[in-house]
Amino acid sequence: MKNKFIVLIIFSACIILLSFANNASDHSISKKDIELKIPKGFPKPIYDFKNNKISPEGFILGRKLFYDPILSKDSSTSCQSCHQRVAAFAHIDHTLSHGIDGKIGTRNVPAIQNMIWKDTYMADGGVNNMEVQPINPLTNPIEMNESLAHIIFKLKQKKEYVALFKKAYKDTIINSERLLKSLAQFTGLMISANSRYDKYLSGKDTFSIQEKSGLQLFRAKCSGCHQEPLFTDNSYRNNGLMADSSLNDIGRGRITKIEGDNFKFKVPSLRNIEMTFPYMHDGRYRKLKDVLNHYSSTISHNKTTDEDVTKIGSLSDKERKDIIAFLLTLTDKEFLNDKRFVDPNRK
Amino acid sequence: MKKRGYLLFGVLLYFLTSPSHSNAQHSSKGMLSITFFHYVDSLVLNLDSTTYKNSFGQAYTVSNFKYYISNIHLKQADGTEYISHDYFLINEEEEKSKKIVLTHIPKGNYTSISYMIGVDSLHNCSGAQSGALDETNGMFWAWNTGYIFLKLEGKSSFSKSPGNIFEYHIGGYKSPANSIRTVLLKLEQPLLIENTKTEAMKIKVNVAEILKTPSNIDFTKMSSVTDTRNASIIADNYKDMFIIEK
Repeated sequence: MKNKFIVLIIFSACIILLSFANNASDHSISKKDIELKIPKGFPKPIYDFKNNKISPEGFILGRKLFYDPILSKDSSTSCQSCHQRVAAFAHIDHTLSHGIDGKIGTRNVPAIQNMIWKDTYMADGGVNNMEVQPINPLTNPIEMNESLAHIIFKLKQKKEYVALFKKAYKDTIINSERLLKSLAQFTGLMISANSRYDKYLSGKDTFSIQEKSGLQLFRAKCSGCHQEPLFTDNSYRNNGLMADSSLNDIGRGRITKIEGDNFKFKVPSLRNIEMTFPYMHDGRYRKLKDVLNHYSSTISHNKTTDEDVTKIGSLSDKERKDIIAFLLTLTDKEFLNDKRFVDPNRK
Repeated sequence: MKKRGYLLFGVLLYFLTSPSHSNAQHSSKGMLSITFFHYVDSLVLNLDSTTYKNSFGQAYTVSNFKYYISNIHLKQADGTEYISHDYFLINEEEEKSKKIVLTHIPKGNYTSISYMIGVDSLHNCSGAQSGALDETNGMFWAWNTGYIFLKLEGKSSFSKSPGNIFEYHIGGYKSPANSIRTVLLKLEQPLLIENTKTEAMKIKVNVAEILKTPSNIDFTKMSSVTDTRNASIIADNYKDMFIIEK
């Protein structure tokens, strides 16, 4: 009788373990999944993981943290609250960022993609290393409003995190360096380089006549700032938007304290632009045609307005439509549906 | 054969783990402890309790005082140098933090000590760090990346800031707003570092210097410096606040 009982227990334990294994396999990360592959034609990354060796366990920990509202003061807001996977980790259809208690920020949420090719982070470039970027949303009173020290305190109370940190770092230390480095492993691997544009360049896809014309126009009018293949030159520019006095955002000037940098913002990448609406640093335009309309006819000329912007000149209806058709080829479905980046809590 | 393998491994391990210091020709190493003693002109620094006066006669109390010391160099008369690669956060509130210990110092007669008040530019750009440089220590600017090199906070009825507080958070590693300052102190009596012995040094830190020479700080005019703007004015003031106690 006793033996039968033991067999039954072992049997049920096996079933439970198996079911766990099955669940885990949906979100499993292999060594191959975390290989850093530099896409053809991309430059050498600026963030090189030299002091942050990627491991499946580190990536899994970073992913868990990214999707966990425990990082905010009232456990209401996680990184993904504003950085949604389907929107290339931007905030779909939200003009300005939202924080805890319904607070609203002063800037549009940027996409998270190809982060390791950036020399600075944030629209004003105030952050000099990818690892320390998350400290801003985590601690900003109008975003997640939590202190790093208290996040570490909370994580130490959770058995699940104690185990995850141990798996990733092989000892029991839980600190902010490891928290931030794990997040960097997760976000640093968010690489988008498989759009139709990329496939067209490598001869694996074809463009319509309209898309080809759009690419040509893009190269003539837009690539001064939005340089291929990253579709940004990492510079700061004033793109001629009339300053919004209710936001009083002087952009780069706030960081450098140089007057000539006022109203300049980091040139954003245009990859996945179809999904990252609304547009501009303050999210003032909902549609790409509004953006094209701005560059064609509503540029405000002031002291720091960029020359590359002022020389675009008027664009015809056809030209605008062609450019938009091309911009839509920058949508990277493989990246947007990449199973490695899916919320691990999703069954 | 196996034994030889162990021996080789041991030798290799020794070379890999023994700290490398420039010009470390001596095999014998000593230690040096440095204690920082905080005072305000003629008075001892007591947080929140003792009242001090600045050069304008404005009374104030201090509630928080901390700073980074890094890139410590000890130099001998012949130019031989010992360099410490450790970062120390000295905090008035934490007695233990005011005594730092340098180890593996080659035997010799040292005639000067120099160090940085703050954190070098490389470590301002190195991402997430731990220990003294852990971002949870409250000495880090997230929105405009960089360490706060020195923090002095307190109250004065002359301050027009809310709650009559004053706060000086000094940082910035990029020119033109570079607030890294290096201190060089000559040792009148050469410091003899010997094998297995720990020498002791006492450095007096006059907090009043933060608020005077060359720029006398008037609480009514400048009660808050919390980014790189104006930071170098304060940094120029405090670069001479250290003296070696004989």
